Amino acid sequence: MALLRIEGAHKGFDGNVVLRDLSLTVGLHDVVALIGASGSGKSTLLRCIDGLVPVDAGDIWIGEGDDRLEVTAADADLDAIRRRVGIVFQQYNLFPHMSVLANITLAPRKVLKHSAKDADAQARELLTRFGLAEKADDYPDRLSGGQQQRVAIVRALAMQPQLMLFDEVTSALDPQLVGEVLDVIRELKETGMTIVMATHEMGFAREVADRVAFLHAGGVLEEAPPQRLFGSPRHQQTREFLLRVHAPGVGG
Amino acid sequence: MTTPAEAPSEAPEAPYVDPQRRSRLRARGRRDTLVASLSTVVVFAILVLLVTSSPGWPKVQETFFNWDAAVAAWPELISAFLLNIQIFLVAEVLILVLALLVALGRGLTAPVFLPVRILATVYVDFFRGVPTILVILLLGFGVPALQLSGVTNSPVVWGTVALVLSYTAYVAEVYRAGIVSIHPSQRAAARSLGLSSIQATRYVVLPQAVRRVMPPLLNDFIALQKETALVSLLGPVEVLRAAQIDAASTFNYTPYVVAACLFVAITLPLTRLTDWLQRRDQRRRMSAGSS
Repeated sequence: MALLRIEGAHKGFDGNVVLRDLSLTVGLHDVVALIGASGSGKSTLLRCIDGLVPVDAGDIWIGEGDDRLEVTAADADLDAIRRRVGIVFQQYNLFPHMSVLANITLAPRKVLKHSAKDADAQARELLTRFGLAEKADDYPDRLSGGQQQRVAIVRALAMQPQLMLFDEVTSALDPQLVGEVLDVIRELKETGMTIVMATHEMGFAREVADRVAFLHAGGVLEEAPPQRLFGSPRHQQTREFLLRVHAPGVGG
Repeated sequence: MTTPAEAPSEAPEAPYVDPQRRSRLRARGRRDTLVASLSTVVVFAILVLLVTSSPGWPKVQETFFNWDAAVAAWPELISAFLLNIQIFLVAEVLILVLALLVALGRGLTAPVFLPVRILATVYVDFFRGVPTILVILLLGFGVPALQLSGVTNSPVVWGTVALVLSYTAYVAEVYRAGIVSIHPSQRAAARSLGLSSIQATRYVVLPQAVRRVMPPLLNDFIALQKETALVSLLGPVEVLRAAQIDAASTFNYTPYVVAACLFVAITLPLTRLTDWLQRRDQRRRMSAGSS
């Protein structure tokens, strides 16, 4: 069962082609890692899925059957789509004028119309689950990068999305803080969350992804289970990319 | 070698400062305070001496700093000043609301709202360019001259309207500067959580923007409080007018000085409030985990 379907997506910015005839299907409970060089369109693709960036051509659907929403439809209800899709950015983007708790409860209260009490209870439960319970009343600038990023993930989860998008969520972090964020994603996979993540962490992609898609020249050049893609890449470009990121001494 | 700090691992550890260095720092602190007070006293003593020893000082003291004249003018001045206070209290509330609407209007990007955007832009361009004093004269004398039935001729009302029109343009720009200073990723994060555009503005962009522009915003209000004196041009007896009348009948200018002191007295709290708001905001963000 496909939760996300992308067919022939095109996107350009000021004459630069970023996505070119890109197609990708993600099944329910799948974890798909997007890899590729900087500028290969990973971030743009995630933003297109969430409707933050409109595609120039092609179709994107989220859900299946009657429940299906077309992101690219002319009359698409993007707010409804975004309620269904959670996205976490490289730069956390927490709201600095709100406490951690207020960051997490804002959307459930204002969008889902939950009572403050229910939203608070749910937020505290999520914070406890991810080891952030005592940070509930802190402001974001008091947290480490890793903690901020975990809060950003919790904030997206509070909307109970069907699909989570991670846009290089560890790229802005100090190396020693990467692990705690990856742990959260591991746990999400355990709960059966459908995940599409753009990542530079090849080791992590290999470990948690069900499938890895290599983006090149705006499209998915090669897509396979991690063992196959990392073990015996079929395309010359994939091999070159993997050689570049697997610098001597880095396992993977 | 210094002795290592004894820090029990349980209690919150006080920062360790070398005792010698601490006493040196204290000594320097005392010296700084002494130098600061001394230089202040000397400078002000010289200023006072310069002014009071000038040949015309007795005359100036008699005409500008006459205690009896001040006491005599006080009741009229203070009651006239109430009008200034009324004008700016009403004007400030209106400006706060209208300027926000204008700023938001200028930020509307959807094609449907193009007329709104054009109107708001033309309005801001026009009223930022025209001197406030001209707006006051044009409205205060122009509207009553139209002899419209059902429309007030009150110079206080039209003077206030003129101030509102003029300052709304400035304050709208202050708001807008705050709004565009918030990084687009904040709006993107809000929208990605399913918040509508209006909700993203209301809960995420505006609170941060207003906080950021609080000092220039209050600065404009301090300027507005002074400019209520311009309404005197239309005739109503506010504090400047009252001082003028008094000075004309007594040939003593002390009422002007009293009026000036009243304006300072009313703007000072606002200035201090600005500082306090900023400090409180900073403290609130720095102190954490209080629950």
